[in-house]
Amino acid sequence: MLIQQLVNGLTLGAVYTLLALSFSLVMGILGILNLAIAELFMIGGYLGFTLIQAGFPLPVAVLGGMTGAAMIAIVIEKIGYQPLRDAPLVTPMLSTLGFSIILQNVATNIWGSDPAQLPDEYFGKQYTLGPVNIGEMQLIVLIATVVLVALVAFIVQKTPMGRALRAVAENREVARILGVSADRLTMLAFILSGSLAGVAGVLIALHYGTITPYLGVEIGLKAIAVMVIGGTRQIWGALVAGPLIGIAEVLTVAYGGSQVRDFVVYGFMILILLLRPQGLLGGARSDQGQRV
Amino acid sequence: MSTYYASLLAESGILLLGALSVYIILATGQLSLGNGAFMGIGAYLSSYLTVALNVPLTLALVISAIAAGIIGAIVAFPALRLKGIYLAMATVGFGEMVRSFFLNFDAMGGSGGYRGMQHISVGYVWLWAGGVLIAVMLLERSRVWLEMQAVHDDETAAGLIGLNTTVTKIVAFGVGAAVAAISGGLFAHHNVYIEPANFGFDRSIEFVLAVILGGSTVGPGSLVGSLLLVFLPEFLRPIADWRLAAFGTLLIVVLLVRRQGILDRSLIRTLTFRRAAA
Amino acid sequence: MSNALLQLTGVTKTFGGIHALSGMVCEVPEGKIVGVIGPNGAGKTTLFNTITGAYRADAGEVKLKGVDVTQWPSYRIVREGIARTFQNIRLFGSMTVWEHLLVAQPHSESAWRRLLPISWANPAAQERAEEVMTFFGLTELRDRPAKSLPYGIQRKVEMARAVTARPKLLLLDEPVAGMNHDEAEEIRELMIRLRDTGLTILLIEHDMNFVMRLCDYLYVLDFGVLIAEGKPEDVRTNPVVLDAYLGKDN
Repeated sequence: MLIQQLVNGLTLGAVYTLLALSFSLVMGILGILNLAIAELFMIGGYLGFTLIQAGFPLPVAVLGGMTGAAMIAIVIEKIGYQPLRDAPLVTPMLSTLGFSIILQNVATNIWGSDPAQLPDEYFGKQYTLGPVNIGEMQLIVLIATVVLVALVAFIVQKTPMGRALRAVAENREVARILGVSADRLTMLAFILSGSLAGVAGVLIALHYGTITPYLGVEIGLKAIAVMVIGGTRQIWGALVAGPLIGIAEVLTVAYGGSQVRDFVVYGFMILILLLRPQGLLGGARSDQGQRV
Repeated sequence: MSTYYASLLAESGILLLGALSVYIILATGQLSLGNGAFMGIGAYLSSYLTVALNVPLTLALVISAIAAGIIGAIVAFPALRLKGIYLAMATVGFGEMVRSFFLNFDAMGGSGGYRGMQHISVGYVWLWAGGVLIAVMLLERSRVWLEMQAVHDDETAAGLIGLNTTVTKIVAFGVGAAVAAISGGLFAHHNVYIEPANFGFDRSIEFVLAVILGGSTVGPGSLVGSLLLVFLPEFLRPIADWRLAAFGTLLIVVLLVRRQGILDRSLIRTLTFRRAAA
Repeated sequence: MSNALLQLTGVTKTFGGIHALSGMVCEVPEGKIVGVIGPNGAGKTTLFNTITGAYRADAGEVKLKGVDVTQWPSYRIVREGIARTFQNIRLFGSMTVWEHLLVAQPHSESAWRRLLPISWANPAAQERAEEVMTFFGLTELRDRPAKSLPYGIQRKVEMARAVTARPKLLLLDEPVAGMNHDEAEEIRELMIRLRDTGLTILLIEHDMNFVMRLCDYLYVLDFGVLIAEGKPEDVRTNPVVLDAYLGKDN
């Protein structure tokens, strides 16, 4: 039983990790919280859903969700971030809030506010490994998460593009002097995080088999908590904190009642903000260390 | 006045108080995205007092405001070391925790909500809303408000002219929380039914929206914002389903084109000068 | 036990591995103008930050008129009688000149009076603000947003703000940086007039001529260490000092 809970928790954690990573990419490089990522996640999910229901295979659905989210991310960057990039950080954050409100309204109008359901046959097979039942979709989510995180880590650590991203994260001015185009990289960060959120949305929507326009807010806010807990500027933070919180949440529901879980998750986030603001995996408090 | 418009007016009065609660805190440079929680505390506490303990409403509101104010001050204390976005995130977390608390608070209905309050008139709502607005407008011309502005503009410099920025920020948070609580108490007694969902992230955002759109540098800006948010949908009837998107768009436009919001000090001066000349 | 207004003994401030200040010892006698000079990065602003409590000294003591203020929070030190201006002018973006001078004043009235509109409740504050504005020649500019004023005037506003609360000691961080000769002269004269009202001044400045003609005493820092001190004419010819400056890209 416990192991089953752990597996479920890991799956939930995988969602959190992907979404927290999306938030963290923008936060680490630009210092702002892109609240619209939560809605990109939700819209990605709807796009994927629609594609699956129209008969397209899984990879197409994932691609569709990812592309749709990335395109919206581009719009947000051009209109909501670029003109405001020199304003105090709260201002672009509020701008992304505006986009978030718009996107949720759009989704509600296009797809309705009642949960959309996927018929059972899409749920796929159940595999049994010892005492544990694991669904096909669950497996896909877990594997996809590992692959995506590894991909992002590789991009950020090993490619010239990633180095440039980190340079901009450290110091915009210096990066510019060194010939790095901060604007283009900002766009890149938005596209990367938007795509990630979109893919996460597709995977989760298909895993749970249901989606509502409020998915973004429900899971998004918690993903922010996960980002804070893991460390806003560390990729690895999201990787560790995601499963941690996912499991904690599932266990709380199993043994404490489903209503308390939010209390626990956010309580933990606030504790971290107060006692160890750099997050579990952050470096020493005064040492900014690697941002992405 | 028809009951429909009366209830819209009451709604805007309640929103005005919520907006002011954000405004007061924002004046010291702190953005709170969790004032829905203080509204909830005010709503539940005042409802309990009037329904279960038969306390007269006005007294119940005052007590709830004080209680919320104390909680706000306590919350503000650890929040002092958080800046900008981190503070905003912490307030979001706090808001969710309070909502979660009320969801589990079966003594007052939990997710099923709480009822039994006596309905109040729109006049009573505006007695409070108007009163607090006037108080804020007077306060804006005081030494205390200048000090809050100093903390907002440059906290370090403010400390170096002898201002105790810690006290300023905490008191502002407490007062903001108290005002939000009054908004909650009035909401509870106008709606005669409350549930935790009324006081979550959406509500906190609504408050912030009203302030940013209406004018984030002057008290009456919150008035403009609340009237806008409540009454504009009436004019946007044909696109009623898209009113949220409209407000989202308005928010982005304001931030791009007129960051201080619709109303600001110079606009007020222009308007009042014209009136005096006429 | 001298009658020094400000006394620093063994003050040290470290950041990571860097000693921004090492064992700083200095005294500022009452009613004098004392200068702190040294190449860029010598620790002069760190010194100011440590005196005013923005940084907590890692070792040593800062005493104001014999009172140990080393561990005090900034606002308390300021209320005890120290005021400062900043290298890169820190005015309040939303305030007029007049408002700057009102907000900087000590709390002479009761708490509840501070909640009332200023025009009703505090004539004394308004009088003091008028006084300071006249002294600095800012009266015509009283309702202008401070940050919209020319650079030289902004520096005057910052000084006026610092002086409003009648401090005993005024710390000026590069008060004439970026100014032309006439503007700098105006500031120099203001400083002398301020000293004549009994104010003690400690100043950081790069402009050597300015410093030589104005200061009663000089302290020279390099790499956080006091390398020389004395009257301007002595310091000017001190080989250690010359070496420190010539050895840098100044």
